[in-house]
Amino acid sequence: MESTLRLSSGHLQVRDADYDPDKLSVAWEYLIENPEQIAAQIEALDQVDVATPRLLASGIISVQSDSIGVQIMGIDPASRANDPYRHLVSGEFLTADDREGILIGYPLAQNLALNVGDRINLLVNTADGTVDEQLFTVRGIYTTGTTAYDKGIVFLPLAKAQAFSGAGNHASMIFVLLKDREQAEFVAKAIPSRNFKVETWRELNSLLVLVNDFSNAYLTVINLIILGVTITVIVNTLLMSVFERTREIGILSAIGMKGRQIIAMFLAEASLLALGGVTVGSLAGWALSVYFGKVGIYFGDLGLSADMLLEDRIYTYLTLESAINLIITAFVFTLIASLYPARMASRMEPVEALHNAQ
Amino acid sequence: MEVAKLTDVTRIYKIGEVETRALNGVSLTIESGEFTSLVGPSGSGKTTLLQLIGCLDQPTSGKVIIAGKDATNLNRNQRADLRKGTIGFVFQFFALIPTLTAYENVEMPLLLNGKSAAERKKRVMELLSAVGMTDRANNRPDQLSGGQQQRVAVARALATDPKLILADEPTANLDTENGEQVMEIMKKLNKETGATFVFATHDPRVIKYANRVVTLQDGLIVKDSKVNGKS
Repeated sequence: MESTLRLSSGHLQVRDADYDPDKLSVAWEYLIENPEQIAAQIEALDQVDVATPRLLASGIISVQSDSIGVQIMGIDPASRANDPYRHLVSGEFLTADDREGILIGYPLAQNLALNVGDRINLLVNTADGTVDEQLFTVRGIYTTGTTAYDKGIVFLPLAKAQAFSGAGNHASMIFVLLKDREQAEFVAKAIPSRNFKVETWRELNSLLVLVNDFSNAYLTVINLIILGVTITVIVNTLLMSVFERTREIGILSAIGMKGRQIIAMFLAEASLLALGGVTVGSLAGWALSVYFGKVGIYFGDLGLSADMLLEDRIYTYLTLESAINLIITAFVFTLIASLYPARMASRMEPVEALHNAQ
Repeated sequence: MEVAKLTDVTRIYKIGEVETRALNGVSLTIESGEFTSLVGPSGSGKTTLLQLIGCLDQPTSGKVIIAGKDATNLNRNQRADLRKGTIGFVFQFFALIPTLTAYENVEMPLLLNGKSAAERKKRVMELLSAVGMTDRANNRPDQLSGGQQQRVAVARALATDPKLILADEPTANLDTENGEQVMEIMKKLNKETGATFVFATHDPRVIKYANRVVTLQDGLIVKDSKVNGKS
């Protein structure tokens, strides 16, 4: 979730009240004037990590006979907000004063067989509703690990994008990253909204938030199923143990062991079983989590829309809270599951237990 | 002194609609220090009688008094409590806990009685020595012969110094030599400690040691005689 936010929507976006993000218009009336100044004001807020202007325009890349529609994003190359685009497959990142350079994604470069230094023709829809075109040089080829993103977005320095599209000293949005994304609603209210529309990451990623909530619910169901299987195995194991040790229970009962002592004996056994299981499970889970947290699980380009960007690899992570929750839950459920076999053992009449075992 | 007193005891087992009358109004008193054999053919009720004396089971009617306490209507836990300090058992199939060593098997009743580690050690070694099993203290039951297992079982039965030791067919799974050895040990302990022994058996090797023989047939005591058992 966080990587998607940093890559695409940010924690907050400040836009002109009339701006329609689907149209990518660069007509001045839909843009923010003096965006650097406004970004600086926003960045001055305590909760804000970084705020940077971005200009979005639609365009077409032409290379020989191939043409592909792209989204052109004008960015401040110096801003930390653009770090997700700095993972370069080859070439170098843009500089603010570059007037001919363009940064393209790795899948796009592969589609058009482009390398660093190649020249491409870029058409852009301009502020006055016409089309302009210019030759650019591929300065670098970036990868964010998200094919759906990388194949459709190209970067220009903000000043060049503004000049090329005729946007002047305007930007489509101020892209904001917060120190804590849960502060988004609070910060949104703190930004003066005379002519602006401020949207939080929840509003900007409603589908992703929904899917995330759904996947959390799904994980809960999966956890419950795993717990159900665990309980069944524990009950089965201890019931087998009770049946196999009927004679032993009979002997212990005959020499004076009380029902509650027999329950305690089986609960102690279940606790050891739980302790062993939780230890092995936690270590294995931690090791797998660390491994897949580094290597990731490859899903490839799932063909999802820009509303729901997912990296080609999904990286696992383990929080202390979830680990502790699962450990406690597993332990408690194991003990609860062992109560039935333990009670069953404690209710055996010694005569029957000894007789049945002979 | 009476160690056990059963008055007009009946025990009926019900399986479905079928009732089996295992004991049919039996009265019996066991005095302290006796070495008594309950004899009779299979199905005569001797094991049932032993289980009632041992508070392992409850009578359908009648009264059972063990060591001065009325055990007739005790619940499961109360009966376990009574057994714990008062009665020791020796079973036909040795009935040792397979995962514990000979030492630990003998120690178990002492643990249940809350004895300290030092007390337990002293008593266990004393008993293993009495049954000639000191050198096999650390062996598990599967590393012992049948006779050795039964000797450990005798030691365990005596661990808490109970007033009454009950043995159900103690020699049934032993060869002649081992059977004799086990009986010799029990007779010796009977004489030395004054513990009361009651056996359910039809093994002549056991009967010859008894100083009282109670004969059962069809759930009734048909003969009760004092004899001069082998000493």
